[in-house]
Amino acid sequence: MSEGDSQQHPLKTYFWVWGALFVFSVFSYLVDISPLEGFAKWSLITLFMLLKAGLIVTIFMHMIWERSSMAIPVLLPAGVLLFLMLLMILEGDYIHSSRQMFFGG
Amino acid sequence: MASTAEQGKALPTGIDGLVSDWSSDQQAFKGVPWGKAMMWIFLLSDTFIFACFLVGYMKVRIVATEAWPDASSVFALTAFGVEVPLLLIAIMTFVLISSSGTMALAVKYGYQKDRNKTFILMMATALLGLAFVGMQAFEWWKLIGDGVRPWGNPFGAEQFGAAFFLITGFHGTHVSIGVIFLTIIAFKVKRGSLETGRPGFLTGRKGRYEMVETVGLYWHFVDLVWVFIFAFFYLW
Repeated sequence: MSEGDSQQHPLKTYFWVWGALFVFSVFSYLVDISPLEGFAKWSLITLFMLLKAGLIVTIFMHMIWERSSMAIPVLLPAGVLLFLMLLMILEGDYIHSSRQMFFGG
Repeated sequence: MASTAEQGKALPTGIDGLVSDWSSDQQAFKGVPWGKAMMWIFLLSDTFIFACFLVGYMKVRIVATEAWPDASSVFALTAFGVEVPLLLIAIMTFVLISSSGTMALAVKYGYQKDRNKTFILMMATALLGLAFVGMQAFEWWKLIGDGVRPWGNPFGAEQFGAAFFLITGFHGTHVSIGVIFLTIIAFKVKRGSLETGRPGFLTGRKGRYEMVETVGLYWHFVDLVWVFIFAFFYLW
């Protein structure tokens, strides 16, 4: 194997990420038990979720050190799933409103 | 191995690198061991499976006309006489994050060929994973005792049970498989199979230290999925 195949990064990097993951998890738990509701709660939960997911993928899974030809084919299709989510939200809202209209939910 | 053909010539990076790698008539994933590339592709397909489950859960939750059960109170546990919301889920989250940390360190020490540390860290990861599955089994047992079924539950919308058992069940299965793979690779590390390139029992592939990183990728992915489940299913 050539040099570039082995992933060697300082221990400090891993411990920082590890610590950050704990802190973000505590934050998201605190958001849940706090009196925050609605948009503030959802946006904070999503923010901490994306921060955690980003740290795991970029550092723990070494994606930031991979070449673009490995990273883009993995990340791009996964990103397209957001579009599926958007479509399902739109359709879901429509179904919900028609159910309420016809079944008097 | 990958770059012997291009020796003496620096590979372009970024978008130029993507275009030139993918348009070349050799291998697209340069400098990436095949096992790792295949693991990434498998994880991408697994991402789609979990995304389908989570989007399906989102959809049934949006269209449900009955109130969705409040996860904070459904998953609350009574500790020392106080009802703590999501207590077990919070512990499970911390256990899984801890196991991701030990796994990341195991990969690092694996590439340093520190067999003892790698073995210990991988076994610690597997034990944390086992603890996670154990707590999940307890959670299922408690919820089933509370009357939660895939077709109904006493707390609200019927779809809650179906989404819960499907999503956490599939995730728990992934964790269990991960624990088995971690243990196998950990023992390969311990007996030095990865150093001597001893062929595996099932596949006959020669042992290499990238195997630690590949099983690590799988493990981090399991943790990654839990991040989304934790946010969307338990907190939202």
